[in-house]
Amino acid sequence: MTSAAAPGKHRSGATEPMATEPMVRRFGRAVLGRQPIGMIFGAPYLLFIVVLFAYPLGLAVYMSFHRYFFTAPGVSVPRPFVGLSNYAAVFSDPAVRQSFLNLLIFLVINVPFTVVLSLLLATALNAAIPFRAFFRTSFLAPYVTASVAMIGVWLFMFSSGGIVNSALGPLAPVPSWLVNQKWAMPSIAIYVTWKGLGFYILLYLAALQAVPKELYEAAVMDGASWWHRLLSVTVPGVRQVTTLVTLLAVITGANLFTEPYLLTGGGGPNGKSASPVLLIYQTGIEQNHPDFASALGIILVIGVLLIAGIQQLVQRRQA
Amino acid sequence: MTQMARATSEVAGGSDRAMAIEPRASRSWWRLIVLLFGALVFIFPFYYMIVGSLQKTENTSPSGALPNPGNMTLHNYGQINAAIGLGKAIINSGIFTGGVLLATIVFGVLAGYALARLSFRGRGLLFALTLLVLTVPFQLLIVPLYVLIARNYGLANSYLGMIAPFAINSVAVLIFRQYFLQLPAEMFDAARMDGASELRILRHIAIPLVRPALLTAMLLTFIGPWNEFLWPFLITKEQSLQPLAVAMANYIDNVAATAANPYGAILAGACVLAAPAVALIIAFQRYFVSTNIGSGVKG
Repeated sequence: MTSAAAPGKHRSGATEPMATEPMVRRFGRAVLGRQPIGMIFGAPYLLFIVVLFAYPLGLAVYMSFHRYFFTAPGVSVPRPFVGLSNYAAVFSDPAVRQSFLNLLIFLVINVPFTVVLSLLLATALNAAIPFRAFFRTSFLAPYVTASVAMIGVWLFMFSSGGIVNSALGPLAPVPSWLVNQKWAMPSIAIYVTWKGLGFYILLYLAALQAVPKELYEAAVMDGASWWHRLLSVTVPGVRQVTTLVTLLAVITGANLFTEPYLLTGGGGPNGKSASPVLLIYQTGIEQNHPDFASALGIILVIGVLLIAGIQQLVQRRQA
Repeated sequence: MTQMARATSEVAGGSDRAMAIEPRASRSWWRLIVLLFGALVFIFPFYYMIVGSLQKTENTSPSGALPNPGNMTLHNYGQINAAIGLGKAIINSGIFTGGVLLATIVFGVLAGYALARLSFRGRGLLFALTLLVLTVPFQLLIVPLYVLIARNYGLANSYLGMIAPFAINSVAVLIFRQYFLQLPAEMFDAARMDGASELRILRHIAIPLVRPALLTAMLLTFIGPWNEFLWPFLITKEQSLQPLAVAMANYIDNVAATAANPYGAILAGACVLAAPAVALIIAFQRYFVSTNIGSGVKG
């Protein structure tokens, strides 16, 4: 954040007729800044953040510490402070534990596949290749398309009589992928990897173009094999982006909702593909326990922030 | 951030300029094989979506992946249209997406310009808040937002309630800020010395110089609400107000069982839902530059 840390570093002193300026204006500048109109420019966005981000965020924290349920508008009911009891209820709920276990399965499959495949495809794309625009477009197509639309096709392909099973013949799992307790969550993980890969390929592509070419030339001179160059030049060169990709994949996983809701019919079979956000929806809105759901959401966010913090630490150690 | 900014300048210089690293051209065959295989995996579901949406009777055998003129019909499109009303759903999606685009282009550009080029009290705070918005997952906010918008403000089943939480895209604000920062400072000083107002500088000097950034930010902003499912699903229980993604999801969830060829109708709807985003990426793929997004997310 170097650019933000030095506000107004582009100012030039030539435009400052300091001595002739009236006191009032000088005072105004000291308090409001050099271009106070910026406050007006930023005001709608600030209002948006306060009303639709900060206030709801505060409300989530408030709800998680109180007994809270939906009432008809205008009806006021007591909302007693209940301390950590919502959190205790979340931690002791077996469905919640199952959903975090599912999330772990998701991440263990999704994160390594995402990193390896997007780096591989980005490396392949980072050269004088014919049809480059075609490849870029096709990798990005699933990323920009609505998950609801893509899920329609995946349901068609992975249903029990679908094309995947009819191609696999006797090798197809019984029950089929999305209704199989063992395969439901891995199927979602593979689907999400496939859908988001194009975005991560672009991130890696940009990072690869910033790796100094001299390093590759030196490695070639030393007779390093392709594999050796990948490990000793490419991978260290894009380490920062790998951290970013991992973090974004974790955040995407923590936000998982549409896929378990539609692809596996509401987190089925038997809750084996339910995600924490699906539970937030089910408990908070369907079952009218927004206090429980808020506590679950806050635990989820703290988990994500912890992972992000650990990553930062590890990266700093390595750097 | 600095690393990302460096990457931006390089990519902005020529995102499609190939960087030949391999010393021998003959070695690039493996790249093509990997890429072709990748492209096949990425494109096949789209192709299969179209083929499946045209099948008269469902054919899930491997041979069904080939178009068969004897088993082709547009009937599935009629069926999904009869079930969810495609026209109305597309209009709803359009209003939702259009509202977000409009608010982002007006208020997001103003905020991005203020963050990049104006020195005023509270700028640091506004920037810190922007980054915070990007760090907290939206899903945490769905329950309190639902309480506020649907229960307290009575905006359930309204376009305003749908648009509000997405109104100004913070990633777009950061993209605008970053591009405005890259413009030379002397230009702004000169315009200010000539007595131009900040609004005039923004409209007549800054914005014309960052047109590609506007397009990139608009593309990114478009795919958010057009594809969004969870929020409009919560807020619109009335079918006549539901965007296409929500109407389709509800169709997949409950109604599909009653249709003669449920997958045909689902795939027909999926084709309609996917078409605008895919068309945009085909037309503007070179504006879809990663670093903008990356720096936006990373801050």
